[in-house]
Amino acid sequence: MILSVSGEINRWRLIAWLLTGVVLVPIGVILSAWITPEWAAWRHLLDTVLTTLLLNTALLILGVIAWVWFMGVGLAWLTALCDFPGRRFFDWALILPLAMPAYVLAFTWLGLLDYGGPLQLGLARRFGPNGYWFPDIRAPGMVVFFFSLSLYPYVYMLARTAFAGQGRRMIEAARILGRTPWGAFWHAALPMARPAIAAGCALAAMEALADFGAVSVFGFQTFTTAIYKAWYGMFNLPAATQLASLLLLFALAALTVERRMRGRARYFASDGHAPTARERIVLTGMAGWLATGVATLVFGLAFAVPMVQLALWALGRISQDLDGRYWSLLGHTLLLGVGAALLASLVALVLGLIRKRYPEDRPIRLAVRLASSGYALPGSVLAVGVMLALIGISKAMGITGGSGGLGAGVGALLLAYLARFLAVAMGPVESGLERIRPAILEAAQGLGSTLWEQIRRIHLPLLRPGLMTATLLVLIEVMKEMPATLMLRPFGWDTLAVRIHEMTSEGEWERAALPAVTLVLIGVWPVILLARKSARR
Amino acid sequence: MNPASSVAPLLLLEAVSCGLDPHRPVVRDLNLRVDPGEMVSLLGASGCGKTTLLRAVAGFIPLAAGQILIKGVAVARPGFSMPPERRRVGMVFQDYALFPHLTVAENVAYGVKGESRERLRAITGEMLERVGLASLARRYPHELSGGQQQRTALARALAPKPELILLDEPFSNLDVELRERLGVEVRQILETQGTTGILVTHDQHEAFAWGDKVGVLHEGNLRQWGTPYELYHQPVDAFVAGFIGQGTFLSGVSQTPEEIRTAVGILRGKPHGARIESGQAVRVLIRPDDVLPDARSPIVARVIRRAFRGASTLYTLELESGCQLQSLFPSHADHPVGDRVPIRVSTDHLVLFPDDRADGVFTCYPASI
Repeated sequence: MILSVSGEINRWRLIAWLLTGVVLVPIGVILSAWITPEWAAWRHLLDTVLTTLLLNTALLILGVIAWVWFMGVGLAWLTALCDFPGRRFFDWALILPLAMPAYVLAFTWLGLLDYGGPLQLGLARRFGPNGYWFPDIRAPGMVVFFFSLSLYPYVYMLARTAFAGQGRRMIEAARILGRTPWGAFWHAALPMARPAIAAGCALAAMEALADFGAVSVFGFQTFTTAIYKAWYGMFNLPAATQLASLLLLFALAALTVERRMRGRARYFASDGHAPTARERIVLTGMAGWLATGVATLVFGLAFAVPMVQLALWALGRISQDLDGRYWSLLGHTLLLGVGAALLASLVALVLGLIRKRYPEDRPIRLAVRLASSGYALPGSVLAVGVMLALIGISKAMGITGGSGGLGAGVGALLLAYLARFLAVAMGPVESGLERIRPAILEAAQGLGSTLWEQIRRIHLPLLRPGLMTATLLVLIEVMKEMPATLMLRPFGWDTLAVRIHEMTSEGEWERAALPAVTLVLIGVWPVILLARKSARR
Repeated sequence: MNPASSVAPLLLLEAVSCGLDPHRPVVRDLNLRVDPGEMVSLLGASGCGKTTLLRAVAGFIPLAAGQILIKGVAVARPGFSMPPERRRVGMVFQDYALFPHLTVAENVAYGVKGESRERLRAITGEMLERVGLASLARRYPHELSGGQQQRTALARALAPKPELILLDEPFSNLDVELRERLGVEVRQILETQGTTGILVTHDQHEAFAWGDKVGVLHEGNLRQWGTPYELYHQPVDAFVAGFIGQGTFLSGVSQTPEEIRTAVGILRGKPHGARIESGQAVRVLIRPDDVLPDARSPIVARVIRRAFRGASTLYTLELESGCQLQSLFPSHADHPVGDRVPIRVSTDHLVLFPDDRADGVFTCYPASI
């Protein structure tokens, strides 16, 4: 009896770890590059690009963290604890920039501000071609700023939840102990929200590390662009691997910070209710309008202005661009997206069920935890890792002759998507499973239901909304994904994101607008859902 | 001259009206005076305005009318409110509101200002010693039990040495046993510090255990202000009589102000409560401890329910008229349900209120609100 039980648990453990392999194998393959470092290759990198890459990455990360901290914390404080004209609108509207991929925001602003863009054309008409001063919009500072505009919502959302959860009671406690309103903010509200803010900054840093589209639009060299260049420009897989292994270390560091801080944030959250209208700090007169002004500025720069510009471009070219080519791009995008989404939801469901069945088993818990950390892996790193793994497997099995055509190509791409977006699918599935209380299952067992019957008659019906959410979220993420798609797609499998990259790398902003508008309109759906959910809380 | 008024009051509330919505104040026209070193309870059901009142004293709610003085200084008037951080008042919140990112010692040190590092450590250590948490100084709030969190909150409020501490239902999240023990402990700690404490609660046992003086609040008004003895035995109105303790109203007719004819005979005692004319229909408050077993008494009641309470047993008795009385007998006098017990109603003071429902029949009804 005992033997058969332990046999069963081993079977589930094996399945869990096999599924986790999708995330672990690419990481392992890339990290194994550190076991036998090729010093000559490293020296070459050091002589050529490595210093620039490290400096640029450091600048990008530190700059982005500083900006998203200021914007995220400031705006969260305003909407969570204060009241000013338009607060209820900005409360959720400030999350909307999440719907716009960083590369879309980047190329739209570049198009707006570039030499041939509407702003500079207007200035030139008024003052003559050299009669005005204009900042260098490709300067590192600008890259960092536009990046931050698309990433601040991570900090904003987490900080807002933290501030609102503290409620007014903590501020009152600080006040009665002798702090001024500002002192209470600095010495109580802010330190209590610190883990949430740090987790948000780490997420933003992770995204900045992983981004390929935005930095390549600005011609700003980072690890992702260097990996892409080594891969495509030089067909130098070892160099790409080395760069990927370094980028992976940064990403894992960011992941560690984020996980740690989220864990701590749970302890720091007090169960206070969000402040009611009467408890808010009412900003009247100048202060109120200043707050409205700041919120409008951020919302305008991060969402409204680029959205209007994109719409204008897209409408201007809709007769030329809305052709068979567009529909085939959309078809490929959807096909890849739906395939990856179904796969990810299925894997998430299986992992979730296994964990639900053995909630205390350490190996299973570890496997699930690792499987859901793939979101930290940059797409370019994953592309290299999946490709290396497939080559290794082919070699081991004695199959020769390249990547193996379309099937292997699409398969590799789906694996990379699965690794990166499995966490996205696991969120809704796990929260759905949490709602199935053990007592329900015990009741089913008491009524003579077998395991499979329980899954069919209890789990699946109860999980249906969660699985639908998971599928849709993964679909949308995959549609926006750029670097892995660029590097792994088989010939002829161009997607909307790939099209955007092709057009923007030639400076054809208008022609990238229609695919970009498509992506934003699709991507806005889960963001609105998220905003409504957090507003209800 | 009243001896109490020779001392300058620590806290004085004059005709105070306040509430979150200034146009519909929860607390209306309330006067209150607390002298240094006094322990005071404000007792009332939820929604009676007791927490609102406390928050107004702390400075979290502005006044719609009246004024609040702390040590003779006006801290709140309509249109003016001294910020809470300048009132030098301590507060223990119902949910403790401990800072989750600080250790116990850091929480306690939070409000102490302008002291050197060594001095701060000494103050914190002394405070923690006093509340019995010295060994837990480095713990975080989420690592503490409810009682320990509550002591931390108290130590934190006491550390800046305020002369007045406000306690907002501080024990309501604790289990009954701990609640009673901590109540006594906290009071002792405040007494040794010479700190004045105002406790707000809906639990009358807690209010009585804490307060030298207890104020009963109802619908934003202070209905009675007095010692626990006065509230229990000399309630000023039918509401307080029903709200405090258990009891029954017996209907009766006053013969003289000190003699009331009722279903259980003529009750004699010193009258309290409303002014009563001879021949007027009245209600007499009968407390369970006024009803005694008496073998020689002609009045016989039947036991309907009983609740064993250890030292005593609370019986619900039915008279022949159908009237039900509650009575507290020593638990040796053990009567099963259905037993017939001769009783005597002994009142050394009569709590009387005019009876609007009188219809000439001697009835009785529970003295509840």
